[in-house]
Amino acid sequence: MPQAQVAMTVRDGADDAKVIDIDGEITAFCEGVMMDAYTQADQPGTKAIVLNFGGLQYMNSGGIGLLVTMLIRAQRKGHRLAAYGLTEHYRQIFSLTRLDEAIGLYDDEAAAIAGS
Amino acid sequence: MTEERIEPTVPADKANWAPHVERLAAGGVNVGGRRLNGPQQGFGPMWQKTYKVRIPGVAPERVISEWKANYGSFWPSHSRFNAPVAGIQPGEVGNIQSMQVLSTGIMVLYTDDTSFSFMTPEGHPFAGWITFSAYDDGGTVGQVQLIIRPSDPLWDLVFLFGFGKGEDMMWQHTLRSLAAHFDIRTEPETNLVKVDKKRLWRNARNITKNSAIGSAIHILGTPVRALRRPS
Repeated sequence: MPQAQVAMTVRDGADDAKVIDIDGEITAFCEGVMMDAYTQADQPGTKAIVLNFGGLQYMNSGGIGLLVTMLIRAQRKGHRLAAYGLTEHYRQIFSLTRLDEAIGLYDDEAAAIAGS
Repeated sequence: MTEERIEPTVPADKANWAPHVERLAAGGVNVGGRRLNGPQQGFGPMWQKTYKVRIPGVAPERVISEWKANYGSFWPSHSRFNAPVAGIQPGEVGNIQSMQVLSTGIMVLYTDDTSFSFMTPEGHPFAGWITFSAYDDGGTVGQVQLIIRPSDPLWDLVFLFGFGKGEDMMWQHTLRSLAAHFDIRTEPETNLVKVDKKRLWRNARNITKNSAIGSAIHILGTPVRALRRPS
């Protein structure tokens, strides 16, 4: 199977949030990297998981499928899933696929953590 | 030293995605005027269904090119796919007729050299995405992956009582036909994962757009439409 062309780094955000910084391509082949990042972010006390798409270079429909799978995992654990750093192009894809109705999109990290 | 990211003027995947639409403009019965539904707009449990077939010796790009060109011909005979005139291109709408009675459709959400995806409109039996892909995994693999929920309570019941199994058979048939197109006789692998067992009751009202009900009303209305047609 082709290698994932993405790096995902998990760090602490404010207010018991974990931030996943995404750098590269989100395709079906990054399932392992994405689920590892989610597992690292899924710590006791985590309230929100925030995806930073500032380094997103490419996304295909397989990648959108992985995001909805991550969303379900987050909902099952009671975590709020939010995102920021999307360019206008990727915001439109979230809107087209209606993922933006389930994953809150924000302009910056502070707003994504606050959920406002 | 600070590394500065330079945003490309046109995103690399811009031409691969359908343009944004609120509602489908084109399409037949149960398609035109409908919104698109992802899995989170559906009702029943969410499934990730993956079907794979090995097609050794054929490049993934060639598998996808042939798949796009002959898409409907790989389907079982009880279902018909009327491909968009422009072919499988982002934003195009295809109509589906199943068992002579059920009319629905899909919109082409995404395409590239090694994959293409469809998204379903309101009323379709399931809400979600279907991705067709080919990739090298020690030899070429052709794959269909659905991330879906039954659209409404009626379709949820229908899935429970056999439609889900019928859908598995349909995609297995499709992959057998795809492999046979390249003179390969083989059996597909199937992997079904229930990602979310919850029902999304907030979407129960989707039943008002149910395509089986819409198709029945359309069929019953045929004589009336014929009478109204100017002679």
